[in-house]
Amino acid sequence: MKVTIIDYGAGNVPSVERALQRIGAESQRTASPECVSKAEALLLPGVGHYSALARALDEQKMRVPLIEAIHRGVPFLGICLGLQVLYERSEEAPQLRGLRLLPGSVSALPSNVKLPHMGWNRVVKRRDSRLLAGIGVNAYFYFAHSFAALDSNSAATATCLYGKEFVAVIEQQNIFAVQFHPEKSGDPGARVLQNFLRLAA
Amino acid sequence: MSLAHRIIPCLDTDGERVVKGVNFVGLRDAGDPVALAARYNAEGADELVVLDIAASRDRRPTFLETIWQVAAELAIPLTAGGGIRTLEDGRAVVRAGADKVTVNTAAVERPALISELSKEFGAQAVVLAIDARRTGEHWDVMVRGGRESASLDAIFWARQGVTMGAGEILLTSVDRDGTQSGFDVALTSAISAAVSVPVIASGGAKLPQHFEEIFRDGAADAALAASIFHDESQSICKLKEFLAASGIEVRLPC
Repeated sequence: MKVTIIDYGAGNVPSVERALQRIGAESQRTASPECVSKAEALLLPGVGHYSALARALDEQKMRVPLIEAIHRGVPFLGICLGLQVLYERSEEAPQLRGLRLLPGSVSALPSNVKLPHMGWNRVVKRRDSRLLAGIGVNAYFYFAHSFAALDSNSAATATCLYGKEFVAVIEQQNIFAVQFHPEKSGDPGARVLQNFLRLAA
Repeated sequence: MSLAHRIIPCLDTDGERVVKGVNFVGLRDAGDPVALAARYNAEGADELVVLDIAASRDRRPTFLETIWQVAAELAIPLTAGGGIRTLEDGRAVVRAGADKVTVNTAAVERPALISELSKEFGAQAVVLAIDARRTGEHWDVMVRGGRESASLDAIFWARQGVTMGAGEILLTSVDRDGTQSGFDVALTSAISAAVSVPVIASGGAKLPQHFEEIFRDGAADAALAASIFHDESQSICKLKEFLAASGIEVRLPC
């Protein structure tokens, strides 16, 4: 099985490719709607500004094929902005639409903590997790973001606390997404990617 | 539960090899950056910084190749910089595999460089490096490898840099750099209190107690060191175990 990485120009695509290589997974980058439609498994990495991702999905005509593929049951993994764009909208770019595959919205983390939330933090499992299988409860993951899904914690698979509680991991049918960067999170991060590949196989 | 304090080894390179020296004088070879990166990745480093301290134009392709090879060894974030003058320089470093770009002298000369990079890559990818030296009652920003005063107040500049879009401050005490007498607690706590972004303290580290002090009293979010890790006088893993035993949250196991 080959993972199709949606390459809208995010800075972390090479890191994601290398992390997949390290665990022996095959991947290909794409920015074409046809490739998204044909993908066996989809990975949407993202880092930076929400508007860059939301705009690119429209300008490169990938929004519809992506939503259709996810509705057909193609396994999907979103990373960082790739998680945030699943919701209806983001406070970071209120005029733009998210993919609206999940109810809720993305908001700024509170200003009583240093932002961006940058560095290694732990997550708390709220239900059984397939992505976090085999990873110790005290594992740290690398985060780098200032916005997060704050109003959807009850639906989260795992949450993280930084200023406020937010969605760190979401798993719903074939939709998987993490707010942290598994490609930069050492061994626990590699395990998350492995778990996704196993689920997608 | 809170964010772990980060330990960050720094590779000062001439583009190709890791070099070591005080104030850019008497540089000597301290190893292969790719081998050191692999070692730090395995030893529990939370992040890695690679700087091109020569920053000469004709050596730039060599440095980009070094970043590419170093990034291949890492399952942790990589910050790269040294001689970043334009958005295009920043793009090249990101394309080579860096997660964050650090800017210093060129940002002092043209602060818009910070916003250009931040707009393109996000604030989380822009690290403003400030070299500060005590002058009377305040700290002066130093440029050109810490040799020249920019006649700019370091606290003012840190605040301005954050307003322009820097997502992190890499703060080096020129007074402490190379002295191994401990991080500059007064400087670091003053900058940390003045800005809303994380601060990486740098300059003067030798003992584990220095790290404990800069996290506890200096309000640093991360601490950076070079030679004590390169020459193996301090193991990153043992340092983190010491900090954990002192009640400082760090990412363990290594």
